[in-house]
Amino acid sequence: MKSTAHLFPEQARAALTDENLQAALRFAKGGFIDKRAAAVARYPDFETLRERGRRIKDHTLAHLDVYLERFAAAVEARGGHVHWAPDAAAARSILLDICRRAGARTVIKGKTMVGEEIGVNAALEEAGLEVVETDLGEYIIQLAKEPPSHIIAPAVHKTRAQICKLFAEHHGSPDTLREAPELVAEARRVLREKFLAADVGITGGNFLVAETGTVVLVTNEGNGDLCLTLPRVHVVLAGIEKLVPTLDDAATMVRLLVRSATGQDISTYTTFITGARRQDEADGPDEYHMVLLDNGRSRMLGDEFREMLRCIRCGSCLNHCPVYNAVGGHAYGWVYPGPMGSVLTPQIIGLDATKDLPNACTLNGRCQEICPVKIPLPDLLRRLRALQFERGLIRGPQCWALRLWGWLARRPALYHGLTALIARLSPRGAARRLPLDSGWTQSRDFPLPQRTTFQRAWSRQAKEERRHD
Amino acid sequence: MNANAARPRIGLFVTCLVDLLRPGVGFAAVKLLESAGCIVEVPGGQTCCGQPAYNSGDLSAARALAKQTIQAMESYDYVVLPSGSCAGTLRDYPRLLAVEPVWRQRAQELAERTFELTSFLVDVLGWDAVDAEFPATVTYHDSCAGLRQLGIKQQPRRLLAKVAGLDLRELRETEDCCGFGGTFCVKYPELSTRLADDKIADIEQTGARAVLGGDLGCLLHIAGRLHRRGSPVKAYHVAEVLAGMADQGIGEDKP
Ligand code: SF4
Repeated sequence: MKSTAHLFPEQARAALTDENLQAALRFAKGGFIDKRAAAVARYPDFETLRERGRRIKDHTLAHLDVYLERFAAAVEARGGHVHWAPDAAAARSILLDICRRAGARTVIKGKTMVGEEIGVNAALEEAGLEVVETDLGEYIIQLAKEPPSHIIAPAVHKTRAQICKLFAEHHGSPDTLREAPELVAEARRVLREKFLAADVGITGGNFLVAETGTVVLVTNEGNGDLCLTLPRVHVVLAGIEKLVPTLDDAATMVRLLVRSATGQDISTYTTFITGARRQDEADGPDEYHMVLLDNGRSRMLGDEFREMLRCIRCGSCLNHCPVYNAVGGHAYGWVYPGPMGSVLTPQIIGLDATKDLPNACTLNGRCQEICPVKIPLPDLLRRLRALQFERGLIRGPQCWALRLWGWLARRPALYHGLTALIARLSPRGAARRLPLDSGWTQSRDFPLPQRTTFQRAWSRQAKEERRHD
Repeated sequence: MNANAARPRIGLFVTCLVDLLRPGVGFAAVKLLESAGCIVEVPGGQTCCGQPAYNSGDLSAARALAKQTIQAMESYDYVVLPSGSCAGTLRDYPRLLAVEPVWRQRAQELAERTFELTSFLVDVLGWDAVDAEFPATVTYHDSCAGLRQLGIKQQPRRLLAKVAGLDLRELRETEDCCGFGGTFCVKYPELSTRLADDKIADIEQTGARAVLGGDLGCLLHIAGRLHRRGSPVKAYHVAEVLAGMADQGIGEDKP
């Protein structure tokens, strides 16, 4: 997917005045937050669970080479094929190759963010394959020719009215405002045909279990299971950070994931996949492939952003982010939006092309508070800002104002003299315009000083007291 | 015997915003601390805690200001600030200075004695003998740094409960950020304003005549927006109300 992350300010501004988007965001916001809060409250000790999740991920990341090898060996022992993709281009060509050798014409997909990250749909379509998204949200945005705007609810930016219209255009169904269940039934009817015709199924994987070579897939619609049982070939596409050591660990992570993502106690479908159909089994694919993507992850493993690799893509930080809730996911300009995206996107496509993302945050800290694996997102964003500063990527008048301020603040005597003078000369009340200001007064008045600074008034008071003593 | 032996010596860090834009908050803090039995001093070597530099990635300026602040404040029993986010920055100094062991240690010792005003009064001194009157319906905005980094939530409420005539009505969304965010508010003014408007809608829904808070940054932003919208709702720092020193709202100029 081509990034427009460098256009964040413009895209965010446009998003704020997009009425459909605002209606959809308002509709979604409270639901996610309340459901998660209720699920967390129902669980006996969610804090301990979070801590356990954090430890599992940290331990795995510290020994990732070992666990990756163990996982790959286990997959191969059961007849699966393991492919290592150092970057997005490599992953695309591996997938194309698998499809070609299978003589595939139709590919069905379960939701995979790694698939978005490497741009798999465009690559396969260019090669003449038909690609069908089977997750309802993904299907909707595929019809709309849009990227996902949320990592677990890809079409959350669409209103029901917009979806009705899309379906009417593509399915020839009546162009009226219809209820959700009716829309779901219609999508199911259309998709059923595709499932039966597909040659290859591609899904993501939420957790990869090293001890058994098992892929854990968490879904709510059952489409993932159809993708991995009906076609002749099943391909799992996942980042190398998805490893966990044992099935027990996977169970812990699933508990964390579903509560944080959708506020469920358990997802409707939690599937454990360990290879192709065996001789004594009734269904499943003939061929099974595991594509493991690096794409910047091993570099993160060795630098100050390692903690980001704990991320289990629950989307909770998006749901609790005031900026995400105000502008939606598309404004961020690439696959991963919200707090996790603002940390991850610069790692994957570079800091130069994503300058705004680390700054588009108030550092309110709510994301860190709810992150199921305790990623210190605000700190990581601060670190990115420091990198930008070091590399001279921050420019403009605000940067100079800040430097001047820093210079002055390090000279207390001069600072107190100058601020006292400003306070004395300044008019009182609130200003509608300020000299040299572009940001504040376009929408807010600025409360002005009140004749004196505290320091000046305090030392004057102290002098008076001394005189009276 | 020294009558002052039991009285803690407080270094008040007024914060740069209070110093320049709302000196009354500093005097209110002094009054409250003295009523609670403290000796208050205001060292002249202080300016800004360095938060704007810290949050903008200018770590060398942030470190210089951290060291300046440590030097100015470390001789006191406690450092108290009428701001959750600046107190949070002082608490972060050990991390900021992590690569300089001697400074890191000094920062650590300072951080352990650093408190936001309402939290210091309630959590450290166990004091709530507020003697003030504010006959009005008000609401309270929890600033994010105070709320999440320092766990400040009940402390200002416990103190406000002692203010005669004051009726506190909670916001529907007490955990939502107001959109100030330091430099965020000038880098992304439309976004910042949108979040302020959501907050103001919430404030107005409570029917409150005034919004109170513990961080002047958020309050300037909210008050500035209220003022631009022509709203009658006033904004005060919580210390001003607790000290009985809340007359003109933030940004007001009435004789
Ligand atoms: S950063 Fe944390 S909250 Fe955000 S998606 Fe990842 S795991 Fe979930």
